[in-house]
Amino acid sequence: MAVTKNTSAIKSSPKHLLGIQNLSILEANKILEEAKFFIKLNRSNSKKLDILRGKTQINLFFEPSTRTQSSFDLAGKRLGADVMTMNMSNSALKKGETLIDTAMTLNAMHPDLIVIRHQDSGAPNLLSQKVNCAVINAGDGRREHPTQALLDALTIINRKGKIEGLKIAICGDILHSRVARSNIYLMNMLGAEVNIIAPKTLMPSCINKLGVKSFTDMKKGLDSCDIVMMLILQNERMQGSFLPSKREYYEYFGLTSDKLKYASKDALIMHPGPMNRGVEIDTKLADDINVSLVKEQVELGVAVRMACLKLYCK
Amino acid sequence: MKEKFFINARIIDPSQQMDEKGSVLVDINGKIKAIGKNIKKPVSDQKLEIIDLEGNILIPGIVDMKAFVGEPGFEYKENFRTLTQAALAGGVTSIVTMPNTNPIIDNVSMVDFIIRRGRDKAAVNLFPCASLTKQLDGKLMTEFGLLSARGIIAFSDVTKTVQNTETMARIMNYASDIGVLIMQHAEDYELSKNSCINEGEISTRLGLEGVSPIAEKIIIERDLSLLSEYPCRYHINQVSSRHSLDVIKINKDLGKKFSVGVSINNLSLNENDIGDFKTFLKLSPPLRTEDDRVALVEAIKNGLIDVIVSDHTPEDEESKRLPFAQAATGAIGIETLLPLALEMYHNESLSLNKIIQTLTINPSKILKINKGSLAVGCDADICIIDLEAPWVVKADKLKSKSKNTAIENRKLQGKVLKTFLNGELVFNL
Repeated sequence: MAVTKNTSAIKSSPKHLLGIQNLSILEANKILEEAKFFIKLNRSNSKKLDILRGKTQINLFFEPSTRTQSSFDLAGKRLGADVMTMNMSNSALKKGETLIDTAMTLNAMHPDLIVIRHQDSGAPNLLSQKVNCAVINAGDGRREHPTQALLDALTIINRKGKIEGLKIAICGDILHSRVARSNIYLMNMLGAEVNIIAPKTLMPSCINKLGVKSFTDMKKGLDSCDIVMMLILQNERMQGSFLPSKREYYEYFGLTSDKLKYASKDALIMHPGPMNRGVEIDTKLADDINVSLVKEQVELGVAVRMACLKLYCK
Repeated sequence: MKEKFFINARIIDPSQQMDEKGSVLVDINGKIKAIGKNIKKPVSDQKLEIIDLEGNILIPGIVDMKAFVGEPGFEYKENFRTLTQAALAGGVTSIVTMPNTNPIIDNVSMVDFIIRRGRDKAAVNLFPCASLTKQLDGKLMTEFGLLSARGIIAFSDVTKTVQNTETMARIMNYASDIGVLIMQHAEDYELSKNSCINEGEISTRLGLEGVSPIAEKIIIERDLSLLSEYPCRYHINQVSSRHSLDVIKINKDLGKKFSVGVSINNLSLNENDIGDFKTFLKLSPPLRTEDDRVALVEAIKNGLIDVIVSDHTPEDEESKRLPFAQAATGAIGIETLLPLALEMYHNESLSLNKIIQTLTINPSKILKINKGSLAVGCDADICIIDLEAPWVVKADKLKSKSKNTAIENRKLQGKVLKTFLNGELVFNL
C-alpha cells in the first residue's frame, strides 16, 4: 500500500498532543493532510493497516464517553495497534490512587500511546510529565479537546475546500466547553474569522482575548457565517442555575431553520455531539443532510485520530 | 549573656522614624539599652561583645501575622522546630500561628497544649490564633474571653469565611465588647465555588473555574457595614484585588478603624505566573492580574494596606502533584518574606522604610504586642540584612519541612545575615 513509506513522526514538535494551543500551524496541517488519506481508507473494503503493529495504545477514560472513546478505539485497531481501553470511573482512582500513580503503573507496561480523557483541566499535561510514551488529549475538563477541533477542521475542508477566509460561528455553552476552546484556537490559526454566540452566563470571561468576536444575539452573531457549530447544553445547566429554562434558551439560542437564514446562504451546521434535540438545535435541521455535517464529523473523526496516533507514536 | 554593641549599622526602625548610621547597645537582659547616632561605647567592660555590621542594615525582627505550623496533626508538613529555623533564616522573630490544625485550636485545652509545645520546641516568639468559630464551621463563635485569657492573640477561620451575616454580626458585636482582634478571610463561597484561580483570560485559557474578585469585595463590604454598628478590632487577612481596595478606601475615608493585610505572593506574582498548571501557585486568595498587583503595591505606599504577611502554608509534594483543581492550596514563604519584599525596594516601587514598617511595627500595633520596635527598653529582636547580596531561591535549600515555594529559581537581592532573639544570636548565615 501507499502508506508503507514511513512518514516520520512530527519533527521538532512536542511528543504529546495536549492541545491546539501548543500546536504549530505546520503540525496542524500535517495531521490534516495525513488524515485525508485515512478518509479514503476508511471508506474502502479493506480498512486495516499495520503501521502501528506491535505498538500498544492505552485509552484512559476517566469520564464517560461514547463517540470519542470508540473513535480512538477503532482508529488504533485500524492501524494495527494493540488497543486497551480502561474505563477509570470505577477503578483504582476510587480507592485513592492518584493520577500520577496510575500513570506510573501504566508506564511500567511500556505503552507507546496513552489517550486520556479526564474531568480536570490540565490532567493530560500532568500525565505527560510522568510517562515515556506519547500522550494524546481526548478532552480535559473545559480546557481542550484537540482531536475534536481537528476533525471539525477536516470536515470543513472536505466540504468547503479550505478554512482560510471562512466565517465560523460557535454557539451555545462556551463556558463549559473544551470543544469551543480548541476550535477557537484552531480555526483562528487556520485563518478563519470566529464568532462566539452565547448567553452572558455561559460566556467565559475575557473570551475576546482569544481572538474572537462575542455576541449574545444569534441574528448578529450568525451574520454571513459559513459554518455554524452548535454545542451541547447539559440538562443541569438549563433549569435556573445558568438559564431560566430550556424553553427560553431554545427561543433565543436554539438553531432553527429561521435563524439559520441569518447566516450565509450555503451555511453548514456542525455539532460535536451528543445532541440535545429541541434544546440547542431543531431536530429536523440536525438531520437535514443538505446542511448538517454531524454524521460526517463522526466519520472523519476516526480518520483524524488515525493520523494523530500515527504521527505521535514514536 | 554579655552586653552586645552593634556598630557601623544602618539602623532602620520605622517605629521611631529612624534611618541613620549608628549603634545599638543591648543589655544583659536582652533589651535595647541605647540606639542611635551618638552612642558611646560603654566604658571598658570585659563582658561587652562588639559586633561590627560594616554598614549593613539593622532592623527590628520581623512580625509575620499569618503562618501555619503543622502541629498538631500535620507534623509531616511543618513542625515548630522547622518553622523556627525557616523563620529565623528569614529574619522573622515573631509569628502569628493559624488554628486550622488537627484538632482545631478552638478550645482552652488546645491552647494550653499549643503554648506548651511552642515554648518547648520553638525558639521564636509565637502568638497563637484560635478559630473564630468552633470547628471552623462558620456557625458558633468560640470562647473569645477565655481563650484570650489563656494567651490567644487573635481569632481567625484562616482560609474560611463566616458566610452567615447574622453570625458575623453577633461575632463582631460580642468582640467589640471584650476587645479581641478578629481576622477575616474574605470570600463569598457562593461566588467562589470550586474555584482556585482568578476569573479572567487565564482561567478561560486553562479551562479552570475562576473566582471573581467580587467574591472578596462583597464580604469586605458586608463586614465593614457591620463594623459601623459593632466597632470591634477588625482585620482583613489578605486582600487580592483592586475592587477590594476601592471599598477599603471609601471606608477608611469615612474614618472607620480597621486594618488590612496582603500576602507577599499577591505583591510579587500574578496569574500569568501559573503558566502550565503550576500547582505551587495555587493560592487563596488567588493570584490576580498585573493591574491588581500594581494596585496592591500602590495601596501599601498610600497606607490602605497595613501589613505584609508570608501566608506561609506548607504542603507536602503529594498534595500538590495532582491536577490543578484537586491540588492543595498555598505556598511556603516565611523564609523568603523579607527578601521578596525587598524586591519592591530594588525595583523602586516602595521605600525601604515603608517595607520594614509593614513587616514590623504595623503588625505589632494591630496585634497590640510589644514587638517590631527597637526603642529603648524593647526586646532586642534584631535582624541584620545585606541589602544588595544576590541569591537564587532553591526549594531544597529552604529550611521548611515542605518545599512548596511559589518562587522557585527567582533571583532575589537582599539577604538576612544574622537574626537575634532577645539579644541572642539565633541565626547566622
